[in-house]
Amino acid sequence: MKKLFLTLATAVLTASFSNVPVLAAGGGDVVLRQADWSFSGPFGTFDKASMQRGFQAYTEVCAGCHSMNYIAFRNLADLGYNEAEIKAIAAEYEVVDGPNDEGEMFTRNGIPADRIPAPYPNELAARAANNGAYPPDLSLIVKARANGADYLYSLLTSYEDAPAGTAVPEGMYYNAAYSGHMIAMPQPLYGDDVEYADGADTSMDAVAKDLVNFMAWTAEPALEERKRTGVAVMIFLVLLSGLSFGAMRFIWADVKKTRA
Amino acid sequence: MSANQFQNPVVRWIDHRLPIFSFLNHEATEYPTPKNLNYFWNFGSLAGISLVIMIITGIVLSMNYTAHVDYAFDSVERIMRDVNHGWLLRYIHMNGASFFFIVVFIHIFRGLYYGSYKAPRELLWMLGVVILLLMMATAFMGYVLPWGQMSFWGATVITNLFSAIPFAGEGIVTWLWGGFSVDNPTLNRFFSLHYLLPFVIVGVVILHLVALHRFGSNNPLGIDTRGPQDTIPFHPYYTIKDFFGLSVFLTFFAAAVFFFPNFMGHPDNYIPANALQTPAHIVPEWYFLPFYAILRAVPDKLGGVLAMFGAIAVLFILPWLDRSPVRSGRFRPIFKIFFWVFFADCLVLGYIGAMPAEGIYVVIGRVATIWYFLHFLLILPILSVAETPRPLPQSISTPVFGGSGAMAGAAAAPKRKVE
Repeated sequence: MKKLFLTLATAVLTASFSNVPVLAAGGGDVVLRQADWSFSGPFGTFDKASMQRGFQAYTEVCAGCHSMNYIAFRNLADLGYNEAEIKAIAAEYEVVDGPNDEGEMFTRNGIPADRIPAPYPNELAARAANNGAYPPDLSLIVKARANGADYLYSLLTSYEDAPAGTAVPEGMYYNAAYSGHMIAMPQPLYGDDVEYADGADTSMDAVAKDLVNFMAWTAEPALEERKRTGVAVMIFLVLLSGLSFGAMRFIWADVKKTRA
Repeated sequence: MSANQFQNPVVRWIDHRLPIFSFLNHEATEYPTPKNLNYFWNFGSLAGISLVIMIITGIVLSMNYTAHVDYAFDSVERIMRDVNHGWLLRYIHMNGASFFFIVVFIHIFRGLYYGSYKAPRELLWMLGVVILLLMMATAFMGYVLPWGQMSFWGATVITNLFSAIPFAGEGIVTWLWGGFSVDNPTLNRFFSLHYLLPFVIVGVVILHLVALHRFGSNNPLGIDTRGPQDTIPFHPYYTIKDFFGLSVFLTFFAAAVFFFPNFMGHPDNYIPANALQTPAHIVPEWYFLPFYAILRAVPDKLGGVLAMFGAIAVLFILPWLDRSPVRSGRFRPIFKIFFWVFFADCLVLGYIGAMPAEGIYVVIGRVATIWYFLHFLLILPILSVAETPRPLPQSISTPVFGGSGAMAGAAAAPKRKVE
């Protein structure tokens, strides 16, 4: 009876869950490259060194067009930077503030409480500068795409020459991982696009992974805390289930006896 | 236990003037409950607890949420990033909706299998259907609040359904929107109603419980209790059993919240709403998929809307469609087969709802939709008269086929070997 109930419950659960990947599937003709991400799995954690490199690559390669609106400099503490380093990073940016006592807007150096300034003042400016295409904000991009981490890793590394006979329109590029293959974003990484202070690998593949590690964090900064809490909660609940099962058997013992 | 039997003098004093303790004692402690309930009877209390979880997390979330098209998405991200344990509150609320529906669907299928809708529990069943309708409305409006792409386009598609109503349709849609498209007034009223409806659900749940306690729970044998030998007090027997069920439920729930929080969501809802860009596939949340499939199965818009609402409406009249005097499916060999076919049919509808409406999916969707209505409108009424049920046990304590009959195999209908 119990076993049967469990099987049924799992059947119902898996049946309802199994709809979801189907829903989430993107373009049908795209096969994603998969990587072994440190943040996946129940004990997953972020790779801080890689995130710092990813932040550098974002700043030097992506930030010219893509904003990161939900990230403040103070959040960079999660990457392992200390307060002084964060202040120094923030101070490299100019931030519009105001109005001051004269009613004028002014620029000042960034402070840790500032969000990372966006490259364009608004969407229209961004479109005007990019042939009408809008470079999306990258804060949530890993969660906003199906299989986000693998997808972005694939997207960054799948620029190719279009197959013979495929016409690529002016201002578009061929990307094997993009749904429909015609993407308005020019190839961002070629290999050796950045110079890492820690001497890490700067091949296209490695930098793409660093960027994904960074963007996985910007999409879900609480991921490590969530999984850590989850492990403790699961242990508690499994123990609680066992204890309450024992208590139930104990309390029900007399009823079971009279029935048999 | 009468009022003056309470030991504590303060309790006795209060109870004499406000018999709240007598009431609780009568309805939650002594409340005689059939002693043969199986684990499928856990899901009623689980549904109640899910509702409480949703209300508590929802109230706290609303303290940090801004119902405005320019700020809603940002305020949700602020909850995820800057509010202390905001990510936990939101993921509990988000996944809680799915788990609430899982629990309620199991609860409903239990009622369908064991004939819990039959006399004298017709109103109990109908109040349950009202709760389901209210839940669907609440869940739909809640999904709109984060103001992501699926929020916006889901709201657009679903509110547009009302335009199928002849003559008044367009006007009704404008009235629902509070404007000429889904916009800020729509978001504001959806937030208001999303906060209101759960408390309406609480009200109907109370009526549901009043109706339940009138005749007590149905049971896997589907026969009435014949006296004290058939029942046990609710406390401690079913309080501990419900507590065990709750622990197991929370284990599954926590696994989703902490390890797959976005599994039942749609990635597009992490893209802010954009009225100028339609997502490639607009799909509702998984718990609406069977109804969505029924909606799309009918080639006519009004017909589709009617069929979708009809799929719920038919549940209202179910007690009068299935006239068989035998409640439990365990004693109805043919009904049992059709029950499982119907269960499979609902899963098929859910699958079709997630698929694009093209090719073979349309055909399967139509067949499954027709079967859904055939089951209620034709098969159940015919079975009521055509089927010869197996002999019923004399009472819960003396099952007709002796041995361990009362408990074992309660849910084992399709696999007789278990018995």
